[in-house]
Amino acid sequence: MKHRVVITGMGVVAPNGVGLVQFTNAIKNGISGISFHQNLKDLDFSCCIGGVPLVSEEKKLQYFTPLQLRGFNSSGILYGCMAGIDAWKDAGLSFSSESKLDYDSGTIFGTGTSGVEKFREAIYKIDNKEVKRLGSTVVLQTMTSGVSAFLGGMLGLGNQVSTNSSACTTGTEAIILGFDRIQMGKAKRMLVGSCSDDGPYIWGGFDAMRVMTYKHNDSPQEGSRPMSHSASGFVPGSGAGAFILESLESALERKANIYAEVLGGALNSGGQREGGSMTAPNEEAVVRCIKEAIRSAGIPPDAIDTINGHLTATSKDGLEIKNWTKALDRKGINFPYINSLKGMVGHCLTAAGSIESVATVLQLKEQFIFPNINCEEVHPEILSLISEEKIPKKLLKTKVTIAAKASFGFGDVNGCVILKKYSP
Amino acid sequence: MEKEALIAQLKTIVQPYIQDEEAFNNLSENTDFVKDLKINSANLVDVILDLEEVFDILIENADMEKMLSVKAAMDIVNEKLAAK
Repeated sequence: MKHRVVITGMGVVAPNGVGLVQFTNAIKNGISGISFHQNLKDLDFSCCIGGVPLVSEEKKLQYFTPLQLRGFNSSGILYGCMAGIDAWKDAGLSFSSESKLDYDSGTIFGTGTSGVEKFREAIYKIDNKEVKRLGSTVVLQTMTSGVSAFLGGMLGLGNQVSTNSSACTTGTEAIILGFDRIQMGKAKRMLVGSCSDDGPYIWGGFDAMRVMTYKHNDSPQEGSRPMSHSASGFVPGSGAGAFILESLESALERKANIYAEVLGGALNSGGQREGGSMTAPNEEAVVRCIKEAIRSAGIPPDAIDTINGHLTATSKDGLEIKNWTKALDRKGINFPYINSLKGMVGHCLTAAGSIESVATVLQLKEQFIFPNINCEEVHPEILSLISEEKIPKKLLKTKVTIAAKASFGFGDVNGCVILKKYSP
Repeated sequence: MEKEALIAQLKTIVQPYIQDEEAFNNLSENTDFVKDLKINSANLVDVILDLEEVFDILIENADMEKMLSVKAAMDIVNEKLAAK
């Protein structure tokens, strides 16, 4: 028998809100977390704006011991651990450094690279023949699985503890991997999510590819413009999102608060064939991934009330909408509502799928659809496919039962998850 | 270096890494870094880096392996200081 899987806790560290309360308020009110960064300007970046969560030193000490913070320089692990611990607590689960090892709980917590700033420090020391002076902290902060290793130790997780990585699909993939594991009865609870480092050493490669906007250095909050006629490239972001996925039996037994149910999901790749490449999607594979997610959820495509898209604010947004219309066989006024969080937080790269999924689940829990900001004039290519009223520009309070969330990433990889408001 | 002063300085250096407060408060020559103070063995290299910095000495790999107690640390620090 396959187990039903529900979400019983969430945590988020986003450029426009740290913690669920701040983040919920921000997404409802269309608050941007994008700002100008002088360090990018000083390094001659074309795009000098980005989304960075605000975390004070005092806040760090609520999650890490002073010893853990000695020589600590990994923004991704910081955000990931904060979101992960918040999700754990939000689910009503307790922990301490002496808490009992729990073989029924694990984590799959994704990232792209880990501790790139720490890695930079280390490289300078090594090249200066000071390898002996690195200390003990380099490996832990720069190994890709650093974030899951930190979380596993903080929470005493005894089930699978690992990190997944699939570019911008990472966060959505983590949810599906955890879902599969619980569905198959291999774990009762999985902390899933993803995080991303921020700063020039993560964003530089994208700036070099000219995929980030250079037109809004003087108007940062207007820079990220998904689905807009005047979209001119993405704005980089960072942060983390986290979920406690749990078998329905376990959640009911604990009398846990249930945010939503994960009905199904799918992961695939276009194999960089048939129009797909390292950086562009194979359209057929995208459509297939969405269809497969819907099939696995056991719902008709018409049951989807809202879509949270990948929609990065590049020239590919129109193509994404076309793929959704094909996969759902719905268009015009019959298309579901659709939004993109990237207008407010930018493209949080490996953290995107999880932060955006937190927003999607909040919509189901509190029955609203957050506004698309910076989308005053929708791209004509998109308007030829779907009605403008399906792209809410103001907070919409409406009945939302089923939501689809998809993420697509470099390497021609796709992920789509189907979420439902919980009903027994 | 005088024994009491050296112990006091070592105490300050290891403080960030200790995980047994009581053993730390009773720190003496015979205190073991790992067994008593419960310092994570990975952090021993950090203790050594800090020692090098504070006393402006260089501790070789072979010395490092021996440095598992307050006594051993004191001997090595004194030896290095004398050789300066």
